[in-house]
Amino acid sequence: MSTTDRVATGSTTATAATTGRGRLPGLAPLALVRAGLELRQFWRERDAVIFVFAYPIVMLAIFSSVFGAEDQGTDVAQIGFAQYFLPGMVATGIVLTSFQSLAVSIAMERDDGTLRRLRATPLPAAAYVGGKVLLTLATSVAQTALLLAVAALAFDVPLPTDPGRWATFAWVFVLGSATGTICGVGFSSLPRSGRSASAVVTPVVLVLQFISGVFFAFFALPGWMQTLASVFPLKWIAQGMRSVFLPEDMAALETSGSWQHPATAAVLVAWLIVGLVVGVRTFRWRRRDDG
Amino acid sequence: MTSTTTPSPAPPPPAPRGHAGRPPSAAGSPGAAVRVRGLRKRYGAKQAVDGLDLDLATGEIVAVLGPNGAGKTTTIEILEGFRDRDAGEVRVLGEDPARGGRAWRARLGVVAQDAHDQAELSVAESVRSTARYYPAPRDPDEVVDAVGLTAKAGARVRSLSGGQRRRLDVALGVVGHPELLFLDEPTTGFDPQARRTFWDLVLRLRDAGTTILLTTHDLAEAAHLADRVAVVRDGRVVAEGTPETLGGPDARTPLVTWTADGVRHAERTDAPTALAAHLMASVAGADGEVADLCITRPSLEDVYLGLLTTEDDR
Repeated sequence: MSTTDRVATGSTTATAATTGRGRLPGLAPLALVRAGLELRQFWRERDAVIFVFAYPIVMLAIFSSVFGAEDQGTDVAQIGFAQYFLPGMVATGIVLTSFQSLAVSIAMERDDGTLRRLRATPLPAAAYVGGKVLLTLATSVAQTALLLAVAALAFDVPLPTDPGRWATFAWVFVLGSATGTICGVGFSSLPRSGRSASAVVTPVVLVLQFISGVFFAFFALPGWMQTLASVFPLKWIAQGMRSVFLPEDMAALETSGSWQHPATAAVLVAWLIVGLVVGVRTFRWRRRDDG
Repeated sequence: MTSTTTPSPAPPPPAPRGHAGRPPSAAGSPGAAVRVRGLRKRYGAKQAVDGLDLDLATGEIVAVLGPNGAGKTTTIEILEGFRDRDAGEVRVLGEDPARGGRAWRARLGVVAQDAHDQAELSVAESVRSTARYYPAPRDPDEVVDAVGLTAKAGARVRSLSGGQRRRLDVALGVVGHPELLFLDEPTTGFDPQARRTFWDLVLRLRDAGTTILLTTHDLAEAAHLADRVAVVRDGRVVAEGTPETLGGPDARTPLVTWTADGVRHAERTDAPTALAAHLMASVAGADGEVADLCITRPSLEDVYLGLLTTEDDR
């Protein structure tokens, strides 16, 4: 009972409450607090952890086994299936971890009252989003590292040794993740409820995977499909990753005949800006049906 | 981050309405914790809040009573800054909630209805992390202890019972050391003992200077906790006063009922004993008994239900 009395009579770790309010915590420490919570909660949802880490690897394994006998390419270059599809799996992993996970998890947190509760505290929205960004960064780095390790060790995919290629990998990875994260925050306001979030977000990602050269060789897709895919980020992330993991002369198989790094950066930055504007304008703390 | 527009401040209502029972200290005093005048909010065809006035003096507990759909939660959510208002003047801790920033929110505590978030965190993690959002929080472990969850401190939130979950909500609402605490139906799902413990906690918070706005369906809770009670119906305060004086003296007048010659009689009187003595002399049977004689003093619940019925009949 003595503790209860102390709480009620105003015992504080900081005595500022009686002597005037203390300073509000800064944005960076708050984002780190949030990131710690996000990681802990993510790690405790075992099914999600397994999905995020295993999906790209399982897909790579399935496609390599099914089409393993067929070499991909033309007379220009012949490489194994696993190597051709590894960049697509890296790209799809980035989009799943950033865009899909965030769009679904924020919609669910809007539904279960997390956002409403945070809104009632002095936590700034930017710290909440910052926590999500750090979570995304941590999970996609771990996921991609695991995928590359499995591809190299189990499927004998040669990984690049040229530092320039890893530099390309780094900027495509960071820009792709950032764009996916911001678009995920923006897209999270679309589903009506947390329960419908998965059903709304998953098909979008699935269709993009099929038309963006993740499951099928991009050069083999119909022209209209290639054009459609070129509007969305996944095609460009996959193409950027192909420029990292495929031999240089495979660039001839791209629709433009080159890796198009400037165009890749431009499209991803454009989506980043669109996602930011839409996200800031449409972000809601409460459910849509909530008055 | 919200795209909401800030409503322009509406002109004050033409004349103060002056509810009976409002202490002069609260009315319009600059130190008032909450001041609401002419609040209006419409959802489509439904006028959820329709000219509501409310005052909370610093350091008092005010209970807002009313049937479901009366506009209680909408009003509270406007005061918390969650919702825009259509019209009316609102001041919470001296600021307009529609423009309240981080420093303002740091002075509020909110215990909302039906949250089921943070399922994967432990009780202690949940309270400790929330404390870190505030400039001058209470000690999280002491708060967990105060709501009686020390034994559950390491348990995942999703494993808590309904009443434990609700006590966690309260812990999260007070850990920031708020000056003003909103409790929206806080004891729903509590067993009687937990409810009593919770009441003690609320009273100690008040004694430590916390102003508390409470909504409840539990009339005993309002009678036990509240310094003042406001009854809301159809988006307006229809009665206001201390739990002892709510509804005015007429609503408190004892009721004497009896049966004479097969007819049921009822009479309100301030002198029930005299009436009983008179009945004994005039209508008592051979055995000296007045048939079905009953003297009742209206409880807060009777007064409350009477207020709602009066409104129906109007």
